[in-house]
Amino acid sequence: MCLAIPGKILNSDVSNGVRVGRVQFGGITREACLDFVPEASVGDYVIVHVGFAISVVDREEAERSYELLQSMGVLEGELKSDLEPS
Amino acid sequence: MKYLDEYRDERIARGLVAEIARRATRPWVLMEICGGQTHTLMRFGIDELLPSGVELVHGPGCPVCVTPLETIDKAIEIASRPGVTLISYGDMLRVPGSNTDLFHVKANGGDVRIVYAPTEALKFARANPDRQVVFFAVGFETTAPANAMAVWQAKREGLKNFSMLASHVLVPPAMRALLSSRRNRVQGFIGPGHVCTVMGYREYEDLIREFRVPIVVGGFEPVDLLEAILMLVTQLEEGRAEVENQYVRSVTYQGNLHAQKILGEVFEVCDRKWRGIGGIPESGLNIRAEYADFDADRIFGTQGVTADEPAECISAEVLQGLKKPTDCSAFGTRCTPENPLGAPMVSSEGACAAYYQYRRHMVAAKGAH
Repeated sequence: MCLAIPGKILNSDVSNGVRVGRVQFGGITREACLDFVPEASVGDYVIVHVGFAISVVDREEAERSYELLQSMGVLEGELKSDLEPS
Repeated sequence: MKYLDEYRDERIARGLVAEIARRATRPWVLMEICGGQTHTLMRFGIDELLPSGVELVHGPGCPVCVTPLETIDKAIEIASRPGVTLISYGDMLRVPGSNTDLFHVKANGGDVRIVYAPTEALKFARANPDRQVVFFAVGFETTAPANAMAVWQAKREGLKNFSMLASHVLVPPAMRALLSSRRNRVQGFIGPGHVCTVMGYREYEDLIREFRVPIVVGGFEPVDLLEAILMLVTQLEEGRAEVENQYVRSVTYQGNLHAQKILGEVFEVCDRKWRGIGGIPESGLNIRAEYADFDADRIFGTQGVTADEPAECISAEVLQGLKKPTDCSAFGTRCTPENPLGAPMVSSEGACAAYYQYRRHMVAAKGAH
């Protein structure tokens, strides 16, 4: 659960007073809070940890670390949720 | 060198390995703190690529592994009550408590659910006002701001059915405890890249002043870790002890100030017990008095729950870098990821689970001789 996964911000909205966006991780999208990265815009790549973007990274960096996590077979467990359909 | 051809940057990795071998003239013991880094090191066999004098030991950086037994017991007790929905990160369900685990509570009809983010638990609470929703929150500094945000939002919205059983831990005090131990062998640390993405690395300068130990904040890819090891060996061979940042792609000196702000708003530093290690002063985060209405430990009256840890598991020594998982007589036999005796066998970031996944063959080979 301590992994942080890079993904691409697809949209950005304000929900219950907090800035959130759908973030795409390969074939999976999840909602993520963007309040810790006010500098990030739609189309940017961010590192997401337990549903919160914690830093902005470039696209090449994001794709490389995503592939690594995928090859290690740890993505599914990390993004698993009983409450959100995959 | 059998693993090197799996590296995307094989040439760079080979060069780094050769340079480490060239610079290391003496034996050095290095520790990576973060369980995510332990997983990469094992997956890519980095420990086996290094010259024999450079030894890697694995630190306590798996939040699932260091959550005290009594906190697991508290979660089990709360989850067993009628009207309660207990929500946590997936790995927490299989961590053994004193008598059972959350997975069995769920199998016996308890409402226990897995999420990947604390905000999902909040959403569930809004949609189910008839349920008492308890989020069982563990984690290091990387995770604590996200958990803090859930509590902050719940208070702002005046939610009456959301609370948190919180067990957060901090990296620098754990490093201080390891370095202060008479049994310490660690001479250099790979700092945790995502903890430092949030917190920066100013705190680590105090450790260097106190213990003269080099610390290199590292990333999570094989080449990141090899580069961090090279930077550590170079410092050690030159007699330097500084904080250096290998993971500049994500980590700044100050860290993420927005995340730090919410963390400080909701939590305060407290003494904390670590499973397998014991009490470490000022090494945890408690919910502040202003947010006491959201503190599940207080609401459900579980503050008094205590538990003694089982004797067979050697996780204490493993989490302090004193023993390897394969030194344990139960490893791979009485203790497996399917039937774990101790928490480091549960999480994929736990050292025992990483060894089980990637190093079982070594134990089998040893037994055959």
